[in-house]
Amino acid sequence: MTLLTCENLTLGYEGRPVVENLHFTVQAGEYLCIVGENGSGKTTLMKTILGLQAPISGKVTTSGGLSRREIGYLPQQTVAQRDFPASVMEVALSGCLNKNGWRPFYTKAQKKRADQALDRLGIASISRKCYRELSGGQQQRVLLARALCAADKLLLLDEPAAGLDPTITEELYRLIASLNRDGMTVMMISHDMQAAVQFATRILHIARRPLFWGPTQEYLDSDIGRLYALKEAAR
Amino acid sequence: MSQMMTTLGFYFQYPFVRYALIVGVAVALCASLLGVVLVLKRFSYIGDGLSHIAFGAIALATALRIANQMVLVLPVTILFAVLLLRGGQRMKIKGDAALAMLSVSSLAIGYMLLNAFPATANISGGVCTTLFGSTSILTLSRGEVWLSLGLSLTVVIIFIALYHRIFSVTFDEDFATATGTRAQAYNMLIAVVIATVVALAMNLVGSLLIAALLIFPALSAMRVFRSFKGVTLCSAVVSVICALTGILVSILAGTPVGATIVIANLACFLMFTLFGLVVRRRIAA
Repeated sequence: MTLLTCENLTLGYEGRPVVENLHFTVQAGEYLCIVGENGSGKTTLMKTILGLQAPISGKVTTSGGLSRREIGYLPQQTVAQRDFPASVMEVALSGCLNKNGWRPFYTKAQKKRADQALDRLGIASISRKCYRELSGGQQQRVLLARALCAADKLLLLDEPAAGLDPTITEELYRLIASLNRDGMTVMMISHDMQAAVQFATRILHIARRPLFWGPTQEYLDSDIGRLYALKEAAR
Repeated sequence: MSQMMTTLGFYFQYPFVRYALIVGVAVALCASLLGVVLVLKRFSYIGDGLSHIAFGAIALATALRIANQMVLVLPVTILFAVLLLRGGQRMKIKGDAALAMLSVSSLAIGYMLLNAFPATANISGGVCTTLFGSTSILTLSRGEVWLSLGLSLTVVIIFIALYHRIFSVTFDEDFATATGTRAQAYNMLIAVVIATVVALAMNLVGSLLIAALLIFPALSAMRVFRSFKGVTLCSAVVSVICALTGILVSILAGTPVGATIVIANLACFLMFTLFGLVVRRRIAA
């Protein structure tokens, strides 16, 4: 079942294209990893899929009954959030908002879902703590818990491991893989080539234009895949 | 002490003093709630700019001899709030300069209007009242009191009903939009409500001091509390207490109402800052 289709997408800012002629689909249950150099348009692509930014041309369509209210999103952290007075629970719960309709307050079931998300990420014990006083790794997990509260079918992650130490990064990737095994469709932007090929079922490699889109194994056997892997390993 | 009580009892015999207290507290409550959003969204300067626009609108209403000034002030302030917040997202820095230009122009035109079409012989007294709100809260008519109370109640109800959405949109606008909350619509609504609060607060503290009423309680609360709920509740309580104290002190000591309220807020902010430092040091130790 196809959840998402991108057709002839050209993306960019103020009419200047960053990526051109993107064409790919996302099937239910897939784990798609988007790789590419800095500034190759990975985040722009994700923002366009989320409707935060309009494409220069082409279109993104959802299908298989996927609605915006079933998508979870883990953005790259912004500076403005860092001094915001908010408890961990308040942040996680705000992920549930997309299913509220006109209801002003959260239900017991939604609170339970937030509790479970925090529990799954191992941060249930700090649910009353202040978000801005947490370490970078803990903050990242709180934002992931919020994304889990929002995601019913599709989870979009923009550099989930940015700024985390290796142990926590490993844990985070395992967790995302386990979510994927439980049926969640995952789209992840990552610099981490090793994680990408270890966990993802498909790879999309972009650099101004799509260089590769296909199963992970094929990517590893392709010239572009080998070259990129070498480059990343040398860093 | 009993002397003070007698004095207060004497003043509270007059309905206009009771009105002033009720409206003052209601307006302070609304301002503190919206102030939290304003501070966290980094929109403090918009509150300030809008208050200058409201000054221009009041001057215009005076020149046109409109009895119930709110009828003109409210729509004008709302119109500019919507225009400013819409432009503000597209051109962040340009918007800042545009706002400064708009607010000084509004002040200048307003002062010019008050001079060209004076409503009273005492022009500078009238201007002073509009800028610092010294007596205008005591001269509210019954209709204006009900209008102010009705608007305050509406603001509080809107805030409570949309509390979680306001949190989400303020904390992370992109996430809210991406997951299906219409963040732009909520931003517009927040702009309209802020304009309403500014128009209401003109009577209480006057144009120049409105920003203080909006941002001080929120800033005080943020020194001590660490959750959105805590900050919002604390800000509301602080604002109500400061408004009450300010109005009562101004009656007893004969000081200007607006300035007294703002100074009460300043004192509260300093106290909370000190308290916050002590608490944090204790946690660190």
